Amino acid sequence: MTNPSYDEAQPGTELPPRQYQVTRRDLVRYAGASGDFNVIHWNERIAKSVGLPDVIAHGMLTMALAGRFLTEWAGDPGAITEYGVRFSAPVVVPDDDKGATVEFAGTVTERLEGNRVAVEVTARSDGTKVLTRARAVVRLK
Amino acid sequence: MAINTGYIGRTFEPSEPYEVSRVKIAEFADAIGEPSALCRDRDAAQAAGYPDVIAPPTFAIVVSAKGSARVTHNPDLGINYAMVVHGEQNFTHHRPLHAGDVVTSQSTIEDIRQIGSMTTMTTVTEIRTVDGERVCTARSTLVERGA
Repeated sequence: MTNPSYDEAQPGTELPPRQYQVTRRDLVRYAGASGDFNVIHWNERIAKSVGLPDVIAHGMLTMALAGRFLTEWAGDPGAITEYGVRFSAPVVVPDDDKGATVEFAGTVTERLEGNRVAVEVTARSDGTKVLTRARAVVRLK
Repeated sequence: MAINTGYIGRTFEPSEPYEVSRVKIAEFADAIGEPSALCRDRDAAQAAGYPDVIAPPTFAIVVSAKGSARVTHNPDLGINYAMVVHGEQNFTHHRPLHAGDVVTSQSTIEDIRQIGSMTTMTTVTEIRTVDGERVCTARSTLVERGA
């Protein structure tokens, strides 16, 4: 992917959409890397006992994937200065080899000083918005 | 059980110092599929103007969780964790975290609010180096669903 320059990023500029797969293996790996071992992210029996449809992804993993969507676009994991989301629905991860698909899209909403732009991101899984108010400030070259 | 609103404005003890390592950054980058060399290769990170490999933006949760544990492990707060979900999360990065940073995190309860049968609690956690440099401000809202 070629990374955008500040000059070409205008309000309305769309980020190239991306899809990421999330499998049970990814949840176990994220649990270890993050230290979040909440059982609803790996134990179907307990997830269902608290009213969830199945094991769900960590909200912070969904947020991290949206962050990766932004930093891959910007070409620098250090380019995000402000980043916030609301977790509107869980990503449900079935016990199969494919897992869940999370689809990301984004639009530049504003040009800011210091070569920075405001970006609004959408994240969907299985037709449902899993993040809302997902907004970031990204510094471009 | 409602969350004890007497804790609004309370600032908790900072966490023990946490040393950000290259290995942990690479492990986290692998776990989220972040492909950048800047998270793995010190020479590439330095060529891009950073002191060492940098952490992806949401790595800050690993550090802020150390401070917010001081809040959530407090039994007097009255949270029922079986009913809690993560509602919102925000990070203001004053600069990226990088390998070699030694940081603490310190949480303040900004607000506790009853909305119908739900209670929300917003916590602000400051991540600072042990020398006092502000690195990241993390704001987190937990939602306790009514029983």
